[in-house]
Amino acid sequence: MNPQRPETAAASAPASGWAIELEKINKRFGAVHANKDIDLKVASGTIHGIVGENGAGKSTLMSILYGFYTADSGTIRVNGAQHAITDSRHALALGIGMVHQHFMLVDNFTVLENIVLGAEDSGFIKPSLDRARKELDRLEQEYDLEVDPDAVIEDISVGQQQRVEILKALYRGAETLILDEPTGVLTPKEADDLFRVLRTLREQGKTIILITHKLREIMAITDSVSVMRQGEMVATLETAKTSPEEIAELMVGRRVLLQVEKGPANPGKTLLEVQNLIVSDDMGVTRVKDVSFSVRAGEIIGIAGVSGNGQSELLESISGMRDQQAGTVLLNGQPLSLEGDDGAARARVAGLAHVPEDRQRMGLVTTFSEWENAILGYQDSPEYGSGALLDIGAAKKAAASHIELFDVRPANINLKTSLFSGGNQQKIVLAREMERDPDVLVIGQPTRGVDIGAIEFIHKEIIKMRDEGKAILLVSVELDEIRSLADRILVMFDGVIVGEADPATATEGELGLMMAGINNKTAPRGLGIAEQGPLP
Amino acid sequence: MDLAAILSILDATIRLSTPLLLACLAGMYSERAGLFDIGLEGKMLAAAFAAGAVAAISGSAWLGLLAGMVVSLGTSLLQGVAAISLKGNQLIAGVAINMLAAGMTTFLGQTWFHQGGRTPPLGEGGRFETITLPFADELAGVPILGPIYADLISGHYILVYIAFIMVAVTWFVLFRTRFGLRLRAVGENPKAVDTAGISVVKLRYQAVIITGLLCGLAGAYFSIAQGSGFGNNMTAGKGYIALAALIFAKWKPVPAMFTCLLFGFLDALQIRLQSAQLFGIEVPVQAIQALPYVLTVVLLAGFIGKAVGPKAGGVPYTKER
Repeated sequence: MNPQRPETAAASAPASGWAIELEKINKRFGAVHANKDIDLKVASGTIHGIVGENGAGKSTLMSILYGFYTADSGTIRVNGAQHAITDSRHALALGIGMVHQHFMLVDNFTVLENIVLGAEDSGFIKPSLDRARKELDRLEQEYDLEVDPDAVIEDISVGQQQRVEILKALYRGAETLILDEPTGVLTPKEADDLFRVLRTLREQGKTIILITHKLREIMAITDSVSVMRQGEMVATLETAKTSPEEIAELMVGRRVLLQVEKGPANPGKTLLEVQNLIVSDDMGVTRVKDVSFSVRAGEIIGIAGVSGNGQSELLESISGMRDQQAGTVLLNGQPLSLEGDDGAARARVAGLAHVPEDRQRMGLVTTFSEWENAILGYQDSPEYGSGALLDIGAAKKAAASHIELFDVRPANINLKTSLFSGGNQQKIVLAREMERDPDVLVIGQPTRGVDIGAIEFIHKEIIKMRDEGKAILLVSVELDEIRSLADRILVMFDGVIVGEADPATATEGELGLMMAGINNKTAPRGLGIAEQGPLP
Repeated sequence: MDLAAILSILDATIRLSTPLLLACLAGMYSERAGLFDIGLEGKMLAAAFAAGAVAAISGSAWLGLLAGMVVSLGTSLLQGVAAISLKGNQLIAGVAINMLAAGMTTFLGQTWFHQGGRTPPLGEGGRFETITLPFADELAGVPILGPIYADLISGHYILVYIAFIMVAVTWFVLFRTRFGLRLRAVGENPKAVDTAGISVVKLRYQAVIITGLLCGLAGAYFSIAQGSGFGNNMTAGKGYIALAALIFAKWKPVPAMFTCLLFGFLDALQIRLQSAQLFGIEVPVQAIQALPYVLTVVLLAGFIGKAVGPKAGGVPYTKER
């Protein structure tokens, strides 16, 4: 099949008819042409994927379908009838529901109150709540979507919150459900549960549009897939007749290496050693419980685990952002003093660079320009000026070289960093930390919210540093990333390193079990799962 | 202290709590909708002036009340336009209202009545009369319960009863009606409300209107019920105390009532304690008068715990791209 010929799968009308037909949709935001002449047809009772890099226009297109924005031009047909969707209420009335990437839930309301909000039957809420409770019971049974109607949103897990969003849409009579990056916030298990629910919904005749940038999900669950690039629809394909490589190429517009190429590691002497580290979070809860490990020159240690099992506190402690309760961190055999407000500064001076997990909150000051961010954390270094004065010329020169080396776009050192895309923001942080030539690099979530092209680049740079003989500690919730980059994998669960694995031999299943706190080799610690009977 | 003295302090407590309570409930609507309202003071002051002026000219307390509510509503809408439609900073909009009200009331008062900013004293009918509840006189002789009913519960201005009824009404509106559900939601997550197909702007204006009307009642209470005519800056920071009470009560109606009663009680005690002696020296009256305000600070700082207000409070809503 030739992927350059668009709409190969959408040539003939399906037996069940088209649930959604978009024709020549255009939308501009100022100078940005977010959607250019988009055509999209989604067959009833199917799961249709929409993929594209960040900024390709996927979310804009769906927001138009959902009535959050109105298109500048183009037609929308729902079940064959043309409509000008004016607002979300109108879209809901046509049976189109949306589950947003950032949930549209009121955190201190109960599940029931959230479901009823905006769909109340009368001025008083009691009858609506009663009816919703009954309806919820029915929906839960029909679609196997269990959730406690009286639970308050902020007390339930992210996966449960997402179910509430789905139930909200179903309660409003949605026949077509749009899900925007639904697995971004889910654990692997929660994602599996979600896919099970989506399959059930499809069996019941619902139509699902799945926006994602994860090719694995497209391959796993969709019937057909549309690829967007830079505001244009470049192809619609039958999932069964395509491959991840083909989709990736269509998304980026060039061939992409999905598998990281790296040679075997040549570990040297130990550069970073962590001994018996104990760290608490802001609430005083111990999140890192007596963790010890070491990283040698020329190797990448990957720390895997479901988000919230102490990885963040571990990273923050090693990089000097968070005080430790007990333990020692040795850099090059020398104990590193990390206590106090200037712990992070001392760590940097000693040769430990840190790329924090959340680039917008910890890695950048997004209202500062690119060049200001390019020296952030190193502003006291002698090459950027002496005394109270900053050598702005030197800083700008460094910034310009970072931009060139890391291919940051747009190449403008005076632009505010908030105006760069996620991938380019991450490159700015990486360039700043890597170009200092540190002995040890600690990286958290290097590619979170970064598009495929940039991921490939960032992975290559990390491998390059390893091959230069640096010690790299990598923390990521993306198991694929850990498996393809790390030379050794440590799995963290409930503040403890529950096991070590060799990425060459460990299966995803084995790692998944360890991430759930179950380790066949070493005894599980501090959890009750083992008592619940034999493992599956 | 005998029963009569206790009842007299409690009676004063109720009278002094009433404007606080009305203003506090007023603030509850806008703050629950996600609009910080530091302008309660200004709206009350404007209403107090309007009520005093119209009651003095017309000789009717009811017309005065109406004028107070209309002016407060207008002021509230002005603040609303700045904060909602023009997406201005809500604190600055509120402060501006307070400064505007402080200046305008004195200026207009002086221009119209030439009494140093005061409105003329109210005659018969210009001021609300106290209401004697049924059987109050007959039951006054019953031991303990009689005086409580006759002196404490009966014999207040109508606005006092309205204020306490509004506590129940507000609770019902907020927690049992569709409007209340949406109002609370818009203060927590306006985007959720928007995507549910409800207008955020409309809801917030509705909240601002209710706030304006209730502030009107609170302001009128100062000039045509508790007082007889308007005096310069007669609200004396009560709007800020009401705001403090709102935070202390964590934006809930019934706790708000008790908090306002507590602050009212401190005020009543202050009046009672004037000319009190400590170690043989008369305590300066200013120190006693400052007591309720000092206690407000202490209570807010020390006993409140973590007060988490409506999450979207203070943030103008913009549909993001």
